[in-house]
Amino acid sequence: MTKRLGIAEALREAIAEEIERDPRVFCLGEDIAVPGGWGGAFTVTLGLEQKFPDRMINTPIAELGLFGVACGAAMMGMRPIADVQYGDFLLLATDQIVNNIAKFRYMSGGQITMPLVMRAPVGATGRGSQHAQNLERYFIGVPGLKVVAVSNAYDAKGILKSAVRDDNPVMIFEHKLLYGSKGARVEPGAVDATSEIPAAEYTVPLNRAAVRREGADVTILGWLLMLHYSLQAARQLADEGVGAEVIDVRSLAPLDLETIGASVQKTGRVVIVEEGPKTGSVSAEIAAAVMEHFGEYLRCPVCRVASADVPVPFSPVLENAYRPDVPRIVEAARQVMRF
Amino acid sequence: MELVAYQPDFLLGLYERMVRIREFEDGIKFLFLEGIMPGTIHQCQGQEATAVGVCAALGSDDFITSTFRGHGHALAKGLSVQELLDELFGAATGCCKGKGGSMHVGNMAKGMVPGIAIVAGGIPVAAGMAMAFKMQHSGRVVACFFGDGAVAEGAFHEGVNMAAIWNLPVLFVCENNLYGASTHVSKVMRDTNIARRVAGYGIRGEQADGNDVLAVYEAARAAVEECRAGRGPAFLELLTYRRTGHSRRDPCHYQPQEERAAWAAKDPIDRFAEILKSQAIADDAALEAIKDRVLRQFNAAVENAKRAPLPTLEDLTTEVFA
Repeated sequence: MTKRLGIAEALREAIAEEIERDPRVFCLGEDIAVPGGWGGAFTVTLGLEQKFPDRMINTPIAELGLFGVACGAAMMGMRPIADVQYGDFLLLATDQIVNNIAKFRYMSGGQITMPLVMRAPVGATGRGSQHAQNLERYFIGVPGLKVVAVSNAYDAKGILKSAVRDDNPVMIFEHKLLYGSKGARVEPGAVDATSEIPAAEYTVPLNRAAVRREGADVTILGWLLMLHYSLQAARQLADEGVGAEVIDVRSLAPLDLETIGASVQKTGRVVIVEEGPKTGSVSAEIAAAVMEHFGEYLRCPVCRVASADVPVPFSPVLENAYRPDVPRIVEAARQVMRF
Repeated sequence: MELVAYQPDFLLGLYERMVRIREFEDGIKFLFLEGIMPGTIHQCQGQEATAVGVCAALGSDDFITSTFRGHGHALAKGLSVQELLDELFGAATGCCKGKGGSMHVGNMAKGMVPGIAIVAGGIPVAAGMAMAFKMQHSGRVVACFFGDGAVAEGAFHEGVNMAAIWNLPVLFVCENNLYGASTHVSKVMRDTNIARRVAGYGIRGEQADGNDVLAVYEAARAAVEECRAGRGPAFLELLTYRRTGHSRRDPCHYQPQEERAAWAAKDPIDRFAEILKSQAIADDAALEAIKDRVLRQFNAAVENAKRAPLPTLEDLTTEVFA
């Protein structure tokens, strides 16, 4: 028995199941627990406040404070799930995330455990510069944090559960165009990221990439929306006779170099696709890791498809130019196929 | 002041803890200036009564959060001179295995979170700890130490407000020592009465003489009781003075001589010694014996710390993740 769910619904189910399973689990966030409200900015916690009134804590608009509160509660044996309405707001909470949440275990000499889940929606979606950034780049290099990105509903549920059960702080990035929310808050340009969700309990590991499509000619690495665009590009490339292997990087920190490496050894060609400016990006880190660990297998330089080094623009024509698209991914693959 | 309400052992314990902090701070200043000890230090000579008075009102399973100026809080909460000194020496036997250092001393088993050295960073964290205590129905309380400088930070506002709206069992302890680094409080706030402003959060704020250990203890005891009874949070502003530099080698040229002299005359240890003597709790010889004992313990701990094992290079990459 399975049922088809979107990412928002799958996350909601995972949160409810974890709250029921473990009395230490609770949610902390803005507008997440208002009866008749939204269930967070993207409906993930919709209705949970009716079921778990004591475990859904609605906070003031105070991201620094709420992540500090989550930190303190996690340190004292609770297992909070803290979220921001838009990933951009993580920047307000960065002191708590980087200086306390990520460092307490190390600087206490291992005395402290920090079982804390942080959730953040990212991606350019017609909201201009400050509700649009891809924040992954700012957190992958912070020692003590695990960083993952969920690209379909099956993973969203399984990864959230693994994150809740992990004794370390885990940052989960979600994409606004992949939630699959229905009704009033559906997003223009949304992509189908629904999955068949098994009735039986399952988890998905936090440190593994996933091969989403096999191919022998070129490895395309992506996550979140760019994974879906990469899969579309791969279908087009197949029509041209090019076999693209598409990998959902999923675990952004630490990187699963085993899965990525196995593919690079097979294809010798790598295209990395990232929503967000190219400079100082996650793709830069992946490219460096590929060259360091698998450089001898490369037939040609690693190719990156990323956004321009500009803030996210509003006008749809500019936003579409900012966000990598299927034609640019196809063209990048064609380029590396010349070698 | 009437002391009959207290057991003599309790009073002498307060005195001994203040002396232990003073001797520790004076001793490590010398070690630091001699170049025997690495790193940097932020000291609390003259502020011993705030740490000792507040911690005396807490149980052993209650918690404190502290700052970069945390040696006094640590000793007051029951950390040993040895584990603290070893940490300052960067030894593997330190309270944080040498990975924390002076600004991050703590021992979770003794109820002290490693010091949070970002100004006001501990305020929301303490609120979160108190939230856990409340959800767990544990009856525990957290006392959150911070300085006057923290009041200007956004984290102060966010953390105090959340503790207030959720009635959390946290005692906010503002040690107002008149200086944030080298800047006088009057330059950074128009109304320098900090206790008064928390009325805006709907909670009670109280000022107390931070150089009077019994006044601090009584104010903290009442506040902790309120917190345990579910009427938290509480807020204390303890008026005191930082007689040392902000950190190592700061000669404090910005502190007027008259101001320094006036506060030196209000030294918390000297004042308490006078009270103990006037009420016949102890005589000069007894107080001197306490000081001698504390000093002997400190000197022995220094010799141990100099020989304490350092971390191995393998320790560099351990304890990043659980």
